[in-house]
Amino acid sequence: MQHRPDGGTKAVISREALQQLIEALSAENCRVLGPTVRDGAIVYDEIAQVGNLPAGWTDRQEAGRYHLERREDDALFGFAVGPQSWKQFLHPPVETLWTARQGDDGISIATDRSETPIFAFIGVRACELHAIAIQDRVFLDGPYRDVTYGMRRQDAFIVAVNCGNAAATCFCASMGTGPKVDAGFDLALTELIDATRHEFVVEVGSEAGGDLLDRLPHRPAANADLLAAEAVIARTQSAMGRRLETDGLKELLQANLNHPRWDEVAARCLACGNCTSVCPTCFCTTVEDHSDLMGSSAERIRKWDSCFTLDFSYLHGGSVRTTASSRYRQWMTHKLASWIDQFGTSGCVGCGRCITWCPVGIDITAEAAAIRATPQSRKGEPHGGT
Amino acid sequence: MKAQRPRLAVWKFASCDGCQLSLLDCEDELLTLAGAIEIANFPEASSLILDGPYDLSLVEGSITTAHDAERIQMVRQQSKFLVTIGACATAGGIQALRNFADVDDYIAAVYASPKYISTLATSTPISAHIAVDYELRGCPINKAQLIEVISAYLAGRKPSIAAHSVCIECKQRGAVCVMVQGTPCLGPVTHAGCGAICPSFRRGCYGCYGPMETPNTAALACEWQVLGATPRDIARVFSTFNAAAEAFRKESKAHGG
Ligand code: SF4
Ligand code: SF4
Repeated sequence: MQHRPDGGTKAVISREALQQLIEALSAENCRVLGPTVRDGAIVYDEIAQVGNLPAGWTDRQEAGRYHLERREDDALFGFAVGPQSWKQFLHPPVETLWTARQGDDGISIATDRSETPIFAFIGVRACELHAIAIQDRVFLDGPYRDVTYGMRRQDAFIVAVNCGNAAATCFCASMGTGPKVDAGFDLALTELIDATRHEFVVEVGSEAGGDLLDRLPHRPAANADLLAAEAVIARTQSAMGRRLETDGLKELLQANLNHPRWDEVAARCLACGNCTSVCPTCFCTTVEDHSDLMGSSAERIRKWDSCFTLDFSYLHGGSVRTTASSRYRQWMTHKLASWIDQFGTSGCVGCGRCITWCPVGIDITAEAAAIRATPQSRKGEPHGGT
Repeated sequence: MKAQRPRLAVWKFASCDGCQLSLLDCEDELLTLAGAIEIANFPEASSLILDGPYDLSLVEGSITTAHDAERIQMVRQQSKFLVTIGACATAGGIQALRNFADVDDYIAAVYASPKYISTLATSTPISAHIAVDYELRGCPINKAQLIEVISAYLAGRKPSIAAHSVCIECKQRGAVCVMVQGTPCLGPVTHAGCGAICPSFRRGCYGCYGPMETPNTAALACEWQVLGATPRDIARVFSTFNAAAEAFRKESKAHGG
């Protein structure tokens, strides 16, 4: 079979073939990761078999609220996105960059990269593919490539899923990032489930994906299969729980840096940093240096940081963003406005995680809408850091 | 010739001993520690007590008696670098509940012969009495953080200890937020350090490490009420090991505590 990486080949596989897909990836020494139920949520973790996937579960999400519910069917991907993202694997929360040792012949510095796994991600959503592409730009483009991110990213095998469900917090449709996957995958599934069947339309996105599909039992997709798959995506598209008006948003936010809304949101904001941790595009880190008791070894550790901490903006003499309003404004205007100046796209893919996982339910779409409703537009007025 | 090791002293004021025991609990590091530093005065570990001055003093406990208020001055005079460890030493501890009540009522209720008790009306952190060089939070402190503070002291560097919320640690370890699933949690206003132990066991945070750097306790209390907590629950949850820490005291009071 000839595979066109532009998504030419489409086939249909069964639930059993999905099991073979997982086995084939494991046999290639991939660390197979996918959605699974843990602690009352759908998280991403090791997947040894189809049985580990969250069959028959769905998520109910609202601002600051999340719980799981049973579905009426046994769909494997019948939910939206959970508290975690693939960021935790490609850009891990804690990473030792190097260790140094004082030996008889001076100091030696070691970087242990022997453990870099080959990832296979099962169930990557359209918004998440866009988030990975955004982090690729941050870490791999430009003159300063992030070596370890590159090592984890380069061989990652991605099995995407077209969403069959949108959460009340989803707004990928308004960000142009979903619910249909468009690029950046090896294989893409669309789950077709009803009383008569449980199958997956598979789209090939790369040569590696095509090779793997060839090794699985499959049949060519019929027109009816493709129409059914399109219908799933169309239904999800129309069920988007939220919307963000992006037209002129960058200019609007950048012209409203002294809007009273920043103080209003700050009265509620806990500056806890949950929004930045769950966001699949937030990439900021801090480094910590540790030395041991004897002064004979030291290590440098990189950890996820958050623009909501005081240390994040600590320059000589103190933090330049001491108020919660300056920190929330920094986060949101970076995400939705200055990200475009910096990287050419919005920093938000509309996954809704920051809305769901904010303990007090602060909603980025509502905050943007509030500023749009009452623009102050006092251009040129300088805004202080704090 | 081997350079002289810095001399360590460990002091106890009003406290449960849990924090100093964290030092003895550092089994893997204890021998190395004893090699790097001379344990000159640590009654909990050794009856051999060497005279001061000391290079590094670790102070556990709060000030609750006139005698201790004097003794801490002596400790400061003998210590080049002084670190307070634990909620008692840094915030007054659970015993600071007396600050909001009549201590004589407590004494009468607790002791058979109140006349033998000589105590102050308040329990105050060490920093209310003397200059403190570093405060390590927690009830009890985290032994890995204690080793970090001592290692940093020995290397002449700043300890890598974050003052942000527990949430950031919780997310770093991949735990699922319990608050968003309906369990009230103090994590968003609490100082990191424990590694988010309770949320990772599906419990809300109890606030053992006291207020984080910029605690918005009012907004959190508001959300607690949405989740069904009563004002009394909120007053009580802010009145534990760090009851006298300003942000927690104020929030407790706002709900009738
Ligand atoms: S917006 Fe929400 S999640 Fe983000 S720092 Fe504020 S309270 Fe925390
Ligand atoms: S800003 Fe919020 S909705 Fe946008 S990508 Fe980040 S977590 Fe998702």
